[in-house]
Amino acid sequence: MNSPAGSKTPDALATVELERVTIVAEAVLEKRLLELISAAGARGWTIGDVRGEGSRGVRAGEWQGNVKIETLVSGASAERILTELAREYFPRFAVVAYIDRVRVVRGDKYV
Amino acid sequence: MDALELLRINLTSPMVLGFALGIVAALAKSDLRLPDQVHSALSSYLLLAIGLKGGAELAKVSPSEIALPAAATLLAGILVPLACYAALRRLGRLSVVDSSAVAAHYGSVSIVTFTAAGTFVDSRGLPSEGYLAALVAFLEVPGIMVALALAHSARAQSSWRSSLHEVVTGKSNLLLLGGIVIGFLAGARGAEAVAPLFVAPFKGVLTLFLIDMGFLAASRLRDLRQVGPFLLAFALVAPLVNGFLGAALGSAAGLSLGGATIFATMLASASYIAAPVAVRIALPEANPALYLTSSLGITFPFNLAIGIPLFHEFARWIQNA
Repeated sequence: MNSPAGSKTPDALATVELERVTIVAEAVLEKRLLELISAAGARGWTIGDVRGEGSRGVRAGEWQGNVKIETLVSGASAERILTELAREYFPRFAVVAYIDRVRVVRGDKYV
Repeated sequence: MDALELLRINLTSPMVLGFALGIVAALAKSDLRLPDQVHSALSSYLLLAIGLKGGAELAKVSPSEIALPAAATLLAGILVPLACYAALRRLGRLSVVDSSAVAAHYGSVSIVTFTAAGTFVDSRGLPSEGYLAALVAFLEVPGIMVALALAHSARAQSSWRSSLHEVVTGKSNLLLLGGIVIGFLAGARGAEAVAPLFVAPFKGVLTLFLIDMGFLAASRLRDLRQVGPFLLAFALVAPLVNGFLGAALGSAAGLSLGGATIFATMLASASYIAAPVAVRIALPEANPALYLTSSLGITFPFNLAIGIPLFHEFARWIQNA
């Protein structure tokens, strides 16, 4: 087993605590949001097309579709992403964002 | 054939009936909607097919033949959004951003309505200028840009530059323009080679697409209350005024009866593919319920069912006068 140094038991994979930032937003914002999280230090992301309903009404369809972007980042990057979102996007666009702390295998890939 | 007979024939075409099926399905809260990817694929097919046909036809005409219709298109691309903006702002007392947002939709073209006008004219056995698809691409961009520039001049914040990028490089514009270039370069023989895919099934695919559009259009009607009586009236009167202007401008530019009918429909229609994305980015403060419901929920069905035969009557009246 190719465990990194710092792993307690040789057979278990070591995990690192990181922040998972999830953003659900209007699909038209996708490119801009990826630029934003990239500038904040994200080194990768996962995107899916999603549908849903919220305070801005049912959001589905070609012009009104939503994307869900997930990225694993350090605490500082997560803060920066949320601050930017709050400043640029929350007031005028349909955007939901949340953070949770996750344990990530091979955490050094992400920060 | 009198106007009522034309209207009856239009209303019983498979395309319009398919659209009606979509409306019924939405009102009945059915699960009929096509998956978004299929909708998107069908719309790509239609755009490319229209572009290819337009490009192949464009290759057949001389530049001097198209100069006047192109000038009329450019004039309309500036005039229509300005007039719509003035009506919305002055008469309707809508805010600057909402007026610009709605004007951008009416200044641009609905490709599906354009296509429906083409099939209407074809099925009447009228010849029409095939290069009109190239003029659609030509009308789409200035129509949106003029309206966004209006908002920009009123307040500094609108990011119309990135919006221009969005419109020009957007899928719908690139497919249409790309199709025109391919059709133009490949010429008649090239067009014939791809005709089994892009010509023969076209009306069937359009019918399928319109079922989905009917569903989407009817879904917009839940926002009707937000739209209010003025915008409701605007969404019905604007296509009449713009359609009449189009029939007159098209006829003056030398288009045939069929061509002037299609040109009138281009001006009368309101975009709901390119414009909503551009407007959402450039004018996020504008209320999408207003521009989507008026263009997609009201003007689009109106043009499809009643507008097109009516514009044909306008053009006939003008050309006989």
